[in-house]
Amino acid sequence: MSAADRPSPPRRVALFVTCLVDLFRPAVGFAAVKLLEDAGCTVEIPPLQVCCGQPAYNSGDRASTRAIAAQVIDAFEGFEAVVAPSGSCGGMLAHHYPGLFDDDPAMKARAENLARRSYELMSFLVDVLGVDKVTARYDGIATYHDSCSGLRELGVKEQPRRLLRSVQGLRLKEMQTPEVCCGFGGTFCVKYPEISNAMVGEKSADIAATEADTLLAGDLGCLMNMAGKLQREGKRVRVRHVAEVLADMGGQAAIGEPEAKR
Amino acid sequence: MQSTAHDFKDNVGTALADPNLQDSLAKLKVGFSERRRQAAERLPEFEALRDRARDIKNHALANLDFYLEEFERKVIALGGHVHWAPTADDARRIIGDLCKSVGARTVAKSKSMVAEEIALNEHLEALGIAPIETDLGEYIIQLRHEPPSHIIAPAVHLTKDQVADTFFEHHAPLGFTKRLTERNDLVAEARHVLRQKFLDADVGLTGANFLVAETGSSMLVTNEGNADLSNTLPKMHIVLASIEKVIPTLEDAAVLLRVLARSATGQESSAYTTLNTGPKREGDLDGPSAYHVVLLDNGRSSVLGTKMQDMLRCIRCGACMNHCPVYGAIGGHAYGWVYPGPIGAVLTPQLIGVEEAGDLPNASTFCGRCESVCPVRIPLPSLMRHWREREFERHLTPRAVRQGLALWSWLARRPRLYRWTTQIANRLLSTFGRAEGRYRSLPLAGGWTRFRDFPAPPAGGTFHAQWARHGGARVRP
Repeated sequence: MSAADRPSPPRRVALFVTCLVDLFRPAVGFAAVKLLEDAGCTVEIPPLQVCCGQPAYNSGDRASTRAIAAQVIDAFEGFEAVVAPSGSCGGMLAHHYPGLFDDDPAMKARAENLARRSYELMSFLVDVLGVDKVTARYDGIATYHDSCSGLRELGVKEQPRRLLRSVQGLRLKEMQTPEVCCGFGGTFCVKYPEISNAMVGEKSADIAATEADTLLAGDLGCLMNMAGKLQREGKRVRVRHVAEVLADMGGQAAIGEPEAKR
Repeated sequence: MQSTAHDFKDNVGTALADPNLQDSLAKLKVGFSERRRQAAERLPEFEALRDRARDIKNHALANLDFYLEEFERKVIALGGHVHWAPTADDARRIIGDLCKSVGARTVAKSKSMVAEEIALNEHLEALGIAPIETDLGEYIIQLRHEPPSHIIAPAVHLTKDQVADTFFEHHAPLGFTKRLTERNDLVAEARHVLRQKFLDADVGLTGANFLVAETGSSMLVTNEGNADLSNTLPKMHIVLASIEKVIPTLEDAAVLLRVLARSATGQESSAYTTLNTGPKREGDLDGPSAYHVVLLDNGRSSVLGTKMQDMLRCIRCGACMNHCPVYGAIGGHAYGWVYPGPIGAVLTPQLIGVEEAGDLPNASTFCGRCESVCPVRIPLPSLMRHWREREFERHLTPRAVRQGLALWSWLARRPRLYRWTTQIANRLLSTFGRAEGRYRSLPLAGGWTRFRDFPAPPAGGTFHAQWARHGGARVRP
């Protein structure tokens, strides 16, 4: 379905920056802003946003998760759409918030309302706004890792690939198992480092076997994990968030690489 | 079986350092998932069948008392006996007494995870009765005195060479003095050894994939036919099954069978599907003269009506572990008890206590691949998260994790302070990491930097700082 078939897609959009992008890779946030603006949206960044609460949620701390979720629900009140450059954080808002408030009908209704307005960036661009190409150039061979939450909770699979096909100079080469977890898993990677290492080691071998020079994905946690492993093993693969390449911002230093001296 | 689930982290170390195990797991990861994918693709209604399978099990669980009693009535009417075992201990005692009542010296066993759950073999041995495992995989690990490492492929952790060594060691005294190396030769030798044991057995014991309430049948699928010899040759047949195996009708069984084999091995149907419906009748050429069903609860009924009830839908296909990257890295033994993989991470804390098995539901990235292939759509990550919540409530979560989490969530609830803190962290990390772009080691992040570099943020500040500096206008760094 093209954008024209839809009854006016949301135009006033709030970006949920996510805590990892804020702290470690601001460029992803700016890339997301550019992609949304190029698609005709007005982007706002509610200043009181922090984290979606997953570290608490996945550690079993339900009370803290509820408090953080309530804060996020407040911060994004009134926007037509809330977009995150992450399937993991997007999935948290879109799928997990309502269940936190089963005993509080008023909050549950607000959580459900937010859930209906929450999207992962690639899925929002393609499925909601009907974007099918971008104006960008990237010289290289890239392989794309499907991050788990985006893939299985939000159905993000073809959308980034469709947009990447419109990037000039870029060739996509698939891994054997792009849908297998990289071993990040939030706190999992430091709570069970040996298992996580075995998983990311296998992912790194799969990436290297494609002979791609660039690894792309839609979630910064996974990207930092894979970049860290590839670099520890001395594999020369540039690692970037897919939004950077789509926003024609693929020229800056890749994740974990030093910036060019100025 | 004695649990080592509390030693999970040590078990993981052992598993990762075992080259034979890693060889076997490398094959398992590709083989099972690829065959399941092809089987699902070949059947257009597969997804709809998964919904029906889920609904059938939900209905059976919602009316479990009714269907169990219906099943019991039918078995009794057929001339069989039903024994209710609230605990593992009860089940062991009942089965031991039944074996003693016929003076049994050997019991031919077909593969049964519930028998593992109640540690039946140890009990029988203590009574002077020899249990003989007749499933090839179970037979191999029985010779090696190992527990199963997978619920449908108990010896999947072993390489062919290890099996060859085991057979050579144990079969040589029986006159098989050549070390075999070909797969088919190994199977033929095991068949030969096992055949006489079937003929000698006094009691046959099988598990059940389903108990059918409308007919009083127990239903069993195998690929080796060993269950059929176990339940037709000896004079007494004992079926050992847990209570959640009961389903209403044969029609329901047909739906469940269609998703079971495809999910498990990628077969359209297992090689043998057997219905046992009571003892030998007048005019029957073979079959057991005594037929007993032992129904085990062992804590399952306490899950009924709770958020955790979904775990009882499990039909033990093994798809969750076949697709689990954690299982694929460490294999089944590391989980430390009978049921490994995602379903084990959910069942084990229920059956032996979350204090003992608290690591299992935590050792998951919540990647969700298990739920995406489960034939009865058990929300495995949600159930694992539920255990984590129980652990957190009961202060079983490690202290360092609790304290770190408390500090972080305190901060996350104060956006302005959080913003200020992250700006400082960002500046420190970018300044000291500027030369390399990453860290090879970092204080407080040893779990990360032991195995991977840690990317440094580029100069310029956090996203929010940059956004504010430019007055919210779009900037391109």
